[in-house]
Amino acid sequence: MNNLAFLFMRRLRAPLITLITVYAISVFGMTLIPGRDADGNVWYMDFFHAFYFVSYMGTTIGFGEVPYEFTDAQRMWVTVSIYATVISWLYGIGQTLAVLQEPMFGRLMRLRGFTAHVRNLHQPFYLVCGYGVTGSIVVRRLIDRGIRAVVVDVEQERIDALELDNLVIPVPALCADASLPDILDHAGLQHKQCIGVLALTNNDNVNLSIAIASKLLAPKRQVITRTNSEVTTANMASFGTDMIVDPFRAYADYMALAARSPHKLLAYDWLMNPRHRALSSVYKHAPGRWIICGYGRFGRALASAFAAEGMEMTIIDPSPGNLAPLRNAVVGVGTEAHTLRDAGVESAVGIIAGTDNDADNLSIIMTARELNPKLTTVVRQNLHQNALIFSHSRCDFVMEPGRIIANRILAQLKTPLLALFLEQLQQQDDVWAHTLVNRMSSVVGDSELDSWAIQVTPATAPAVNTMLAQRSVTLRYLNKNPRQRDRMLPCFPLLLKTTNNEVHLLPGELHELQIGDELLFCGLSMAKRQMEWSINNYNVLHYLLTGEDPPDTLLARLLRHHRESA
Amino acid sequence: MNREKVIFAFFIVLALTLNFGFVLGDLDNADHHDVFELFAALVVSLICTVLKFGDRTHLGALMLATSLVADLQLIIAAGFWGFGEQIAATGMTPRIMASVVSFAAGAAVANCISVILLVVETALIRR
Repeated sequence: MNNLAFLFMRRLRAPLITLITVYAISVFGMTLIPGRDADGNVWYMDFFHAFYFVSYMGTTIGFGEVPYEFTDAQRMWVTVSIYATVISWLYGIGQTLAVLQEPMFGRLMRLRGFTAHVRNLHQPFYLVCGYGVTGSIVVRRLIDRGIRAVVVDVEQERIDALELDNLVIPVPALCADASLPDILDHAGLQHKQCIGVLALTNNDNVNLSIAIASKLLAPKRQVITRTNSEVTTANMASFGTDMIVDPFRAYADYMALAARSPHKLLAYDWLMNPRHRALSSVYKHAPGRWIICGYGRFGRALASAFAAEGMEMTIIDPSPGNLAPLRNAVVGVGTEAHTLRDAGVESAVGIIAGTDNDADNLSIIMTARELNPKLTTVVRQNLHQNALIFSHSRCDFVMEPGRIIANRILAQLKTPLLALFLEQLQQQDDVWAHTLVNRMSSVVGDSELDSWAIQVTPATAPAVNTMLAQRSVTLRYLNKNPRQRDRMLPCFPLLLKTTNNEVHLLPGELHELQIGDELLFCGLSMAKRQMEWSINNYNVLHYLLTGEDPPDTLLARLLRHHRESA
Repeated sequence: MNREKVIFAFFIVLALTLNFGFVLGDLDNADHHDVFELFAALVVSLICTVLKFGDRTHLGALMLATSLVADLQLIIAAGFWGFGEQIAATGMTPRIMASVVSFAAGAAVANCISVILLVVETALIRR
């Protein structure tokens, strides 16, 4: 605020002084020039009348001569004064408008509005740095869940895009360099409602400085970053960044899972990705050799993930230096048929086009498919703008880094229990995963599968907490529809974590809830809203348990108590 | 020599001298106090205020405050003068004149502080 006022005052110094001087001279002149009153006596105008006259002369020219008609000398002076005052007014107004239109002034205004908006946030919010593909997906999903977000991005274009995105809750956004700590501070890094910082810019250094600034200023606050290199990953992990997403590693693990157990992959996909694939699309894995084109960061991550699974692979890369330590390697881009033939495309089961050039990747897939139509194809999409082409490329998997990071982060933000469940899922066999996917499918059909956590504590589930003091509550009652207790909500519990850290997958409906239990549910998001009634409202829970809906006023309770004891 | 500083100091000192000159004389004797001097003091004081705009230092803020006080006092004094000359049925009485001069005297104190601050600021610069 100070900056703004000071800038304004500084720029208006000259016009204000001009205005004061011109007024002073005009008033002074009016008092010096002799006039004549009605009787023809010499008369001098006093300061009061002179000031009154000049004031209305400067602003409005249509006026009379007060208090007596002017002499010619007075009229001459008034003529000069009119031009002087009008010009100085125009100068002053013009200068004011010029200051208002200055880019610096606009920047300060926006910064001021942004800071005030952030300061007045009274709900918990996430600070999102970087509004690219990942950032925009994350922000949209946060807003859909009713969680506030604050956005900082270095490019004005992306901030404009945010304004055009029509989010239902206003999102304060600022175009500034997020690696500067004072910008982060304006964006609410030290705000007590800030519950997490997401560093999602495409620059590792910027992400690193955001993570460091956040960890230094507020050590307990959650920090989630994306990274592109292992050095940065190690660096970020060294000072306790809560979650570091490396899109290449994440996707490599995902592909390894796809090759190993397709149903687990499907369960994973349904929980992580809002747009899940149909049950029939489950990838039928044929054991065999894979071809990986491009041995950069993505290729390396894939090769190590595949090697860990004991899968056979051939690698194609244009640089012989990269391939030196490898046994099955072919030098070339992979876009030409002969390179692919050298790599044995006819006998391979799948091909992954993982170079950093979208056109090359598509060309690799099309050439390979001509040579061997049965290939499973995986293509890496580098630029979000190419989405249209990739969605029509008929590839089995399209890997888009921005979306992968967004899904990972959202799963983490929804509830840490989801990450725990996915970890447990890895230890189950594929048949178990198949049953799970069938169950999910029967509950939600083609709609989006949402997941949410419930903690049985006095603050988060007051009704259950009160009820537990009187009688036991089993899990099945939470699953009932609070409007009609003989119907079930479209959801089911995935995981139960008790106070002594025991974890049960798919807990049975006869489990008796204890204070401190944490539950993970999945189902339609409509069920989530309904369930909030039963865990928060004592009367609703009472109805679910007993089927009665008695009045629950103080008087009614006293009477009932009296009747029961009688 | 900084031309801007010369202008700045000139106006601040001029504001004090004009103001002092107006106050000098018997408190309630209209003959001792010149209306043109009051007018000049008010105009110079206003210009001083504008010159002090936009200085972000602590001293700058104090200077601006003293200037605003001087403006306020002088405007009230001028208001009393106008009231006495034009509106009051009795015309300019010694009582009204005394009010005018005492308000202007208050402004003189504020202007005096302004000059002291100017001297302090100059003394602080070791070049």
